Amino acid sequence: MVLNRRIIVTVLVLIALALLPVLLGGAPFYIGVVARAMILAIAAISLNLILGYGNMFSFGHAVYIGIGAYTVGIFAHYDIFNGFIQWPVGLAVSALIALLFGAISLRTKGVYFIMITMALAQMMYFLGLSLDKYGADDGLVIYTRSEFAGLIDLEDHVTLYYVVFGFLLLTVLGMARLINSRFGLVIRATKFNEARMRALGFPVGRYKLTAFVLAGTICGLAGLLLGNFTNFVNPDMMHWTRSGELIFMVVLGGMGSVFGPIFGAITFLLLEEFLSDLTEHWQIVFGPFLILVVLFARGGIDGLLGRKDRSDD
Amino acid sequence: MTEPLLQVDSLIKRFGGLVATDQLSLDILPGEVHAVIGPNGAGKTTFIAQLAGELRPDAGTIHFKGRNITRLDPAQRSQRGLARSFQITSIFSGLTVEDNVALAVQAHAGHSFRFWRDARVDPSLREPAAATLQRVGLGNRRDGLAGNLAHGEQRQLELAMALATEPSLLLLDEPAAGMGADETERMVGLLQALKGTVAILLVEHDMNAVFALADRISVLVNGSCIATGTPEAIRNDDDVRRAYLGEDA
Ligand SMILES: Nc1ncnc2c1ncn2[C@@H]1O[C@H](COP(=O)(O)OP(=O)(O)OP(=O)(O)O)[C@@H](O)[C@H]1O
Ligand SMILES: [Mg+2]
Repeated sequence: MVLNRRIIVTVLVLIALALLPVLLGGAPFYIGVVARAMILAIAAISLNLILGYGNMFSFGHAVYIGIGAYTVGIFAHYDIFNGFIQWPVGLAVSALIALLFGAISLRTKGVYFIMITMALAQMMYFLGLSLDKYGADDGLVIYTRSEFAGLIDLEDHVTLYYVVFGFLLLTVLGMARLINSRFGLVIRATKFNEARMRALGFPVGRYKLTAFVLAGTICGLAGLLLGNFTNFVNPDMMHWTRSGELIFMVVLGGMGSVFGPIFGAITFLLLEEFLSDLTEHWQIVFGPFLILVVLFARGGIDGLLGRKDRSDD
Repeated sequence: MTEPLLQVDSLIKRFGGLVATDQLSLDILPGEVHAVIGPNGAGKTTFIAQLAGELRPDAGTIHFKGRNITRLDPAQRSQRGLARSFQITSIFSGLTVEDNVALAVQAHAGHSFRFWRDARVDPSLREPAAATLQRVGLGNRRDGLAGNLAHGEQRQLELAMALATEPSLLLLDEPAAGMGADETERMVGLLQALKGTVAILLVEHDMNAVFALADRISVLVNGSCIATGTPEAIRNDDDVRRAYLGEDA
């Protein structure tokens, strides 16, 4: 492996993430910002599997963040704090909803796919709004984080940070393996030419649906983490604009690149933090910035770092 | 008489008012090269698309190896031993040349719900892919991006992908489309070498290629078959001369 700028930056970012709580001496605010960025990076990586590698332009991916967070919230509402119950249920529900939504939306293509994934997600958003029992538009406060039989204490913010970091590493490693596996190559080739894949003998639909479910489940994990992190869940987490932000992160970081979404999520949150300090209309600056990225740096940040072409990882 | 490998019976396909395939019946024997010729718009590509399962015929049946495959989808037909190449080059441009062929091998090596092992270094995929590339003369282009190949090389890759599925019937839609004279000659040589190992339905406009390769020729005009026979018989058929060959004979 050649030591190029891209690898060096990637490694430095990972080391910085690993050491951040030590470097900051435990300063909660910035640790919080970065932990949130890492959680959203997990969500963005999962979206990148279908969007970047598979060319399935889902505009409803934030739904699974909501499902994960609501799982923690609703269990906590009934005083069930056991993570060994909460987490598997959260992942299973995410997978089931993704299976259902994928089975419906993958019948369509192009703009219809975008619209139907968005519509299904909005349905869940309005479902959240209508659930008076679970706080409707106010959502639920999660007073107690998931408990793991005393093995890990998520109430400690540094511990929570490293749990998030650990899951981020796992997700990245899993994705790096996945995209070069037989399954990953099927998904990537389908992006280039679906008709040819069928002619070669692949039942393409099954693989796409599986990718959709995998992405939803991993994003559900991000939701479980986010619910714990923010101590809070509301329908707004599933709003289509949240899904749009995840797409921004993927595009900003570099579509179809393993690390791209991490760069994208961190940059997105840092920009949001600092720009919103400067002006409350920070989106006015951010919008044009994104357009510039899309126009002039099509490979996103990872592209600027020297990722050669789309077949690279 | 030998049982035909492929048996097409009274196939009909309409696009609105246009009858693109009109009561078309045709047999392909095991191991034969059966050329289908006809003027532009005769319905050759439409015919292949129905054989491959991409288009559903309005009427008629297709039997392959004695089984009715009329209602099977393209992937199922491919799994039964039908492979096609495309008139308009149809490859995975952003993957490497070897990836393209390895995927064809992978499609016929069990399911692909394998999520962890690196398929790009899997010898059970890569070795057959490399061998197939060697066979079509692309052995030294394995690692380049498929999209960066010259047009003629992409046509060779197109053939390699179909071959790598180890079909018993190859449907080739103008394999030499857009090729220069030298390249066409090389393609004819490649197909000559395949002769006998696999049955081929060959659609081609280059008459030298057709007459050099075909055991039998069917002539398609306006979606229906006006003649089938040996190259010799077709050359001397008055209807054919009038309807088709006449143009440049
Ligand atoms: N999807 C479609 N919808 C409507 N008409 C179509 C469609 N596909 C093909 N046709 C028409 O059907 C007829 C047969 O087309 P086809 O492409 O099969 O011809 P061909 O023999 O392959 O021609 P060529 O030698 O130019 O490749 C043409 O008149 C074409 O315009
Ligand atoms: Mg044609």
